[in-house]
Amino acid sequence: MTERFNLSRRGFLISAAASTGGLAIGFPLGASAQQLNELASPELNAWVVVQPDDTVIVRVAKIEMGQGTLTGLVQLVAEELDADWDKVTWSYPTPGENVARERVWGSFGTFGSQGIRTSQEMVRTGGAAAKAMLIQAAANRWGVDASEVTASKGVLTGPGGDTLTYGAVAEEAAGLEVPAEVTLKDPSEWTIAGQSLLRLDTADKTDGSRIFSIDYTMDGMLNAAIKIAPVQGATVAGIDAAAVEGMPGVQRVLQVDETTVAVVADTWWRARTAIEALPIEWNIPEDVGSFGMEDLEAMLTEGLTADDAFVGNEAGDVEAAFADAAQVVEADYSYPWQHHVTMEPMNATALVTDDSCTVWTSTQNAESDLAAASETSGLEIPQCEIHRMNLGGGFGRRGASSTDYTTIAVKIAMEMKGTPVKVIWSREEDMLHGTYHPATKARFRGALDEDGNLTGMHMRISGQSIFAGLMPFALEDGMDPLQFQGLQAESTEGAFGYDVPNLLIDHAMRNPPLRPGFWRGVNNNQNSFYLESFVDELAHAAGRDPLEFRRGMMANHPKHLAVLNAVAEGIGWEAGAPEGRAYGICQHMGYGSYVAAAAEVSVDGDRVTIHRIVAATDPGHVVNPQQVEAQIEGSFAMGLSASMMSQITMENGRVQEENFDTYPIISMWEMPEVEKILVPSGGFWGGVGEPTIFVATPAVLNAVFALTGTRVRELPIYKSGLSLG
Amino acid sequence: MATIIVNGTAHEVDAEEDTPLLWVLREQLGLTGTKYGCGIAACGACTIHVAGQPVRSCQMQLRDLIEGDEITTIEGLSEDRSHPIQQAWIELDVPQCGYCQSGQIMAAAAFLRDFPEPTDEDIKASMTNLCRCGTYNRIKAGIKRAAELS
Ligand code: FES
Ligand code: FES
Repeated sequence: MTERFNLSRRGFLISAAASTGGLAIGFPLGASAQQLNELASPELNAWVVVQPDDTVIVRVAKIEMGQGTLTGLVQLVAEELDADWDKVTWSYPTPGENVARERVWGSFGTFGSQGIRTSQEMVRTGGAAAKAMLIQAAANRWGVDASEVTASKGVLTGPGGDTLTYGAVAEEAAGLEVPAEVTLKDPSEWTIAGQSLLRLDTADKTDGSRIFSIDYTMDGMLNAAIKIAPVQGATVAGIDAAAVEGMPGVQRVLQVDETTVAVVADTWWRARTAIEALPIEWNIPEDVGSFGMEDLEAMLTEGLTADDAFVGNEAGDVEAAFADAAQVVEADYSYPWQHHVTMEPMNATALVTDDSCTVWTSTQNAESDLAAASETSGLEIPQCEIHRMNLGGGFGRRGASSTDYTTIAVKIAMEMKGTPVKVIWSREEDMLHGTYHPATKARFRGALDEDGNLTGMHMRISGQSIFAGLMPFALEDGMDPLQFQGLQAESTEGAFGYDVPNLLIDHAMRNPPLRPGFWRGVNNNQNSFYLESFVDELAHAAGRDPLEFRRGMMANHPKHLAVLNAVAEGIGWEAGAPEGRAYGICQHMGYGSYVAAAAEVSVDGDRVTIHRIVAATDPGHVVNPQQVEAQIEGSFAMGLSASMMSQITMENGRVQEENFDTYPIISMWEMPEVEKILVPSGGFWGGVGEPTIFVATPAVLNAVFALTGTRVRELPIYKSGLSLG
Repeated sequence: MATIIVNGTAHEVDAEEDTPLLWVLREQLGLTGTKYGCGIAACGACTIHVAGQPVRSCQMQLRDLIEGDEITTIEGLSEDRSHPIQQAWIELDVPQCGYCQSGQIMAAAAFLRDFPEPTDEDIKASMTNLCRCGTYNRIKAGIKRAAELS
């Protein structure tokens, strides 16, 4: 398949004035030698700068937070450019530059497993266009036709065997017309993309030299610790600043806004020590201030039978199917709140003057932070800038769900104009003020006929909507379409993988008082746990093999089926599990990719041991196999943490878990080896950062049932008297 | 003023004696490779070596140091990323976001010295640092590779 794209002049502005103008805005203080060289070097288009020494700088709009997108995007550009990989490096444009250049880099938002799939076309086209211009420049030098010049590994070769490096003609190339049309390579021709190249950003993670946002410092910088109202809707009633003003290093004690208090000191440890000692009174609203787990339980349970439900997927007549059923199977499930716990807590450094607002922070969506900086400071967008720092994890928390860390830093810096202030949230503040994985329940009814075939199913979801809590403007007539991730018919993003003749999947929205957010995998996590567990229940109720039962409903879903078959073969389903152990299996689709997993477990008393995990993914195309594998492993770590050990609870409106002692996550001890199977089938582009997280939990719990007869319907598994380890 | 020896150099530091070493290193000495993850000894992101032993520096205060104690941080593990753990980490692309990795590497370096030929079980029992990105499989492989390189 050859893809052709038209290039508009606007999309690839190359005039020197435009590029210099864009780059000059908000250039970071203390620019590195590379950045200064980049400024002085010819820009072929927004994505590619070639320096006279042949170094190729690829501009990366998406952000790296561990998921490998940076290296993947650079591979795609370098591939089309036919660059010498050893001479390729990268840089991040700032959101201010993006705005100044009419968003030539598109969206910076890095979430929804979109890093590669939504920008591959743009960046590949950028690489291909740059190569065409380099070829044309060499052809002009040699007085030959461009078709007589070839490019390979950063070297241009002419008809007589003459050669020029990219760096030698970059200046001339930058002055040429952008080609009207370029042809992208077929993935079968790839030599840089599609390869398991090592990441470009590993070395400085091994010697402590990598600067994360939390590590950033500036001359004259002060540090702030904060406390935010512990209950949603609560406000600051008063603080006794005098009690801590004399403590070592303390410079300011201030109420930042209605809900937040800060202590600013020379060091963060002194600021933290002082704020811990600061007497603060809160106004706690009565209704939320008495909300607890029983209230959540009652609220979600009521939604299981309520009439006000939005329909996400419907076929045939479910009630008729139940009337005719030989057997009706029923079950209720639930999924608790989760916290992101990025290993680097929320933080940001801000510097505000009368006419500028600059923020250094780790964010998945710097353009949202730019908007937040402008809105908070009251300054115009061109007066504001965000410098994107390295992230110690994102998982949907930073900028994707909220930019609160930027807003608070700007508010504090506004009180101290001219002084840069770094605000670090303690782990406790971070955990108490997250954007939490929503809490939901599901009630299933399934109709089986005499032959054990599923003739009808009703899945009622009750609970929290992320859109309602974070971005109500995204609701569609009150409905949150995202609630049905992986459950909708015919969706290229995440289609339901079974044919059930009579089907109803609906959602009763119930929003408890805790801010929800996008948490790696988002609603696919509970949807897959609910559905794939219940399908397993149906198979056992029908007396059929869970794999064969699924296959019987998947004839029209060949890609879903292919990954399921891949893990069945990988684990050795036909041969059966070794003595004393059992297998579980499941599949799901989300973020454009098809995923499946199989698990082998044993259970000793209450202790579950996962001996093997086999995971398969079909994301269409794979840009860096070893990095996709790393994402699969990471997904299992995070997915199994949620189902096996972590949950956020609430008493009196207040989150009860404040640190890793009460919110444990998986460690080396419990972590299974993950066997990865990549089966890219081509023709589409799916994500890889999240999808395999969906299948972690049901694969393991289906195996637990097969072995013990205990069906885990509530998470984490200790609610069923089990633990992992 | 207290004097502490870090990566072979003596430093005068101006901090209260109950300040955790983590914050002395990060804020007084600018050695930001040592990370804050929890502050309660639960995550290991702040792991350093004190007198050769792995220590969670968020739990060790300035006053807990014994005179002459040598502190090694990630910045001082080797001059040029040549420690076998660092080499193995680079060879196998162990880190994801990298935030926990200074602590992982310091813990792994101490572990490897005690277990030069580690088994999977040794690694599982000893490596207790947390990684939210979930790099555990590669940390395990990295330690075994480092054992080969040593
Ligand atoms: S910061 Fe010291 S163990 Fe987590
Ligand atoms: S690599 Fe991100 S927390 Fe370990």
